[in-house]
Amino acid sequence: MSQRQTKLTQNPLEKIWIPSMSSKLYRRRGSTVPQFTNSPTMIVMVGLPARGKTYISKKLTRYLNWIGVPTKVFNVGQYRRDATQSYKSYEFFRPDNQEAMKIRKACAIAALKDVCAYFMQEQGQVAVFDATNTTIERREVILSFAKENGYKVFFIESLCDDPEIIAENIKQVKLSSPDYAGCDKEDAVADFLKRIECYKVTYISLNDEKDRSLSYIKIFNVGSRYLVNRVQDHIQSRIVYYLMNIHVAPRFIYLTRHGESELNLVGRIGGDSGLSPRGNKFASALGGYIRSQCIRDLKVWTSHMKRTIQTAEGLGVPYEQWKALNEIDAGVCEEMTYEEIQDHYPEEFALRDQNKYRYRYPKGESYEDLVQRLEPVIMELERQENVLVVCHQAVMRCLLAYFLDKSAAELPYLKCPLHTVLKLTPVAYGCKVESIFLNIEAVNTHRDKPVNVDVDREPEEALLTVPDHI
Amino acid sequence: MFVSRYDIHPLAALLRRPARITYHFCRLETGHGAATKMTSNEDVMMATSPRELTQNPLKKIWMPCKNGLPEKHISQRRVCMTNCPTLIVTVGLPARGKTYISKKLTRYLNWIGVPTKEFNVGQYRRECVKIYKSFEFFRPDNEEGLKIRRQCALTALNDVRQYLSVEAGQVAVFDATNTTRQRRGTITRFAEQNGFKVFFVESVCEDPDVIAENIVQVKLGSPDYIDCNTEEVVEDFMKRIKCYENSYQPLDEVLDRDLSYIKIMDVGRRYLVNQVQDHIQSRIVYYLMNIHITPRSIYLCRHGESDHNVKGRIGGDSGLSGRGKEFAKCLEKFIQEQNIKDLKVWTSQMKRTIQTAEAVAVPYEQWKALNEIDAGVCEEMMYEEIQGHFPQEFALRDQDKYRYRYPKGESYEDLVQRLEPVIMELERQENVLVICHQAVMRCLLAYFLDKSAEELPYLKCPLHTVLKLTPVAYGCKVESVFLNVEAVNTHRDRPENVDTSRMPEEALFTVPAHQ
Repeated sequence: MSQRQTKLTQNPLEKIWIPSMSSKLYRRRGSTVPQFTNSPTMIVMVGLPARGKTYISKKLTRYLNWIGVPTKVFNVGQYRRDATQSYKSYEFFRPDNQEAMKIRKACAIAALKDVCAYFMQEQGQVAVFDATNTTIERREVILSFAKENGYKVFFIESLCDDPEIIAENIKQVKLSSPDYAGCDKEDAVADFLKRIECYKVTYISLNDEKDRSLSYIKIFNVGSRYLVNRVQDHIQSRIVYYLMNIHVAPRFIYLTRHGESELNLVGRIGGDSGLSPRGNKFASALGGYIRSQCIRDLKVWTSHMKRTIQTAEGLGVPYEQWKALNEIDAGVCEEMTYEEIQDHYPEEFALRDQNKYRYRYPKGESYEDLVQRLEPVIMELERQENVLVVCHQAVMRCLLAYFLDKSAAELPYLKCPLHTVLKLTPVAYGCKVESIFLNIEAVNTHRDKPVNVDVDREPEEALLTVPDHI
Repeated sequence: MFVSRYDIHPLAALLRRPARITYHFCRLETGHGAATKMTSNEDVMMATSPRELTQNPLKKIWMPCKNGLPEKHISQRRVCMTNCPTLIVTVGLPARGKTYISKKLTRYLNWIGVPTKEFNVGQYRRECVKIYKSFEFFRPDNEEGLKIRRQCALTALNDVRQYLSVEAGQVAVFDATNTTRQRRGTITRFAEQNGFKVFFVESVCEDPDVIAENIVQVKLGSPDYIDCNTEEVVEDFMKRIKCYENSYQPLDEVLDRDLSYIKIMDVGRRYLVNQVQDHIQSRIVYYLMNIHITPRSIYLCRHGESDHNVKGRIGGDSGLSGRGKEFAKCLEKFIQEQNIKDLKVWTSQMKRTIQTAEAVAVPYEQWKALNEIDAGVCEEMMYEEIQGHFPQEFALRDQDKYRYRYPKGESYEDLVQRLEPVIMELERQENVLVICHQAVMRCLLAYFLDKSAEELPYLKCPLHTVLKLTPVAYGCKVESVFLNVEAVNTHRDRPENVDTSRMPEEALFTVPAHQ
């Protein structure tokens, strides 16, 4: 047996131990999160128009990207809009419209080609193929394509016969579609309903018997019932769990940081200090604001740290403490000022500026770790209705990035100032954000990325963007 | 009955009843155990000024206090607020895995901190009818038998009520065939009267091989069939199943559309999930959809002896000692000899587990979640130093090792929550070798062997010893394999004297020897 005592080195950015010589054993260089998919996966939507396919596609894609699985949506309707002059009427979708059929098929093929490119050239892991895919024939085309290329396939079928839901759907997202720009509302609705009829003629739902070897989930009436068949692997299991937890009931999510803390005032990061006098004022103001919102059944969540709990105490309502909402652990840099970090750990400070998302503090955490830690919080936020989350700067950035679909590069620089509440309202395919500053002054804790991120930069260059403090 | 409920296991907090850390300003209901809705914000009195906070010394949780003492909070009254107890009801013909699912689910829920208990009606029947004669007892025309069986179900339901309403249980699993709509109606009415939510778990399977294997695995050894040979058992049991078949009314998509349930078909090939009401049901569904019964083995071991181990220091991120490296080589040999199909190897992100895995010569995955418990301010100290610097902390830890959280560190309770995704993935996988750490291994082992929170922190997980776990019948077989490379002992037993006023010698009595 070989004397393989490979030396390990610790990658300076993420603090991951990897073999120094290229070990055949360790295929990926230092991944901070376990990788569970080897083959790329195609998620294929199935369903009549106005059944929420695009809503699910976009939401699922946002979630998967946030947890670190590179995912992209391929909306065939978009390809169709790019291929045709302008939308005239539902006649385009009539099953006997040969010309249109040719175009539609070509669009689907073009989209599949792009899926291929996404997997091969862009290191994508999941592609969401968003189209009606209502015929066996079309699904066969996709399955063969996937088989040829070694992709896994998972179908998501949305079935709904509640006319109210469909009407609401049309109102929310179809009226504003490019297809109906400049159209009278009633005309648009009438046309769209005829469009749905065109598909109904040839719609064949996934069949329990005939399709029993396929992997799929059928969602009935926006989630009151699910049929799940042959989940193949971890990512499909996660997808199913996510889909079963989301809902479309209108609600608000309020995100805020704790009130200004004693350590904030003196420019120190981390720690477990209490609120400053202004922080206390904010807690009262927050209580006033929340009461003025007259929110039904509001849940309030805090971290385990004194400052968020003190803030919640000012609200006068029951709250839950989540350890998962604790601020990012700055390890050896806990309770230091940025100046001290520059002084004691100039290389670390520079590495952090080079890749703030992946950078892990020595004996601490990275934003990437934070996202993993926060995933159960996001899952429960999806299940809940009205929630106020009182948390911390890095944590709030992660949560906000999830709701607003921000990339890993943008996430660590999202602006989350003290004493400001963000009110998120799910709307159409995304989230409306309102920012409410509660009019109590606080220190700024946002440090922008400096121009010079080299390890050999001067201290002044490193400290150029540090916000003022006592 | 005062129950200390400062649980912050975030998911447990959601799942648990009144005793979350919820602080009420207003006088809520007065309870007679009736379900009272939580008052909305408009009804809440204006807070005067924010209350003082104090940090509970054991768990390091911040709570409001009066005169420096934690306030006993209102939610300790017996009121069903938003988290009602849940009654899980199994449904299915005999030999469909109902008891397997009941026991496994109960084990999982208890491990994540949700007090759960199963009530097996067959067990009640055995206590009532001392000797089982034959399948005739279950014939649908056996009036006497039916009377007894119905009585047993009612007795069991009574015990369920006792457990959920009086003993602060959170979930009860009612394990019986429950194959008729009528029986399920009785249970649903019972639950409604008592303010319990109901969730049905139906197992449907027609594969004769699976059923046969089932009978061999768990029915042969049943108390009903002592002194019977295999053929006799199989024959009688098949006739028993037949007795139920005619009156079996599976959960129906239309007729039962208002019930909350999961229908498991063909051992997990397909699931039908209907009307999931809340968080705990969502978690139960997720768990049930991830478990399987494919035979496999799970190997648990710690990293090889580390430099810190040798010096008696806890935590840190040191490398392997000479003997630790020896162990790693022996581990490779052991794994080779086991001839395992498609073995997955998982490590933590700490150097010592990775060094160990490197020697095993199989690709491995690093999990941050498998990192050793964070000892906070006590990281890299020896027990003697902890006693020297933090004698009170050291005593508190001995008083309640499961809940004790190191200052700026973690508790075993935190660890369990951190490890839950690892357990979930272990359930999905087949053959896995997990190379981890002492506290982590104790948590994982406690899950597989159904150990309580009291036992967990004292489970013996010595260095250089591999535990091979093989699921069998309703539990797990454990084989312990010491790979014959000496190592220091790192197991510290609970000392006799756990008072904060104890002498240092008393505290250090059980510290294992080190350099």
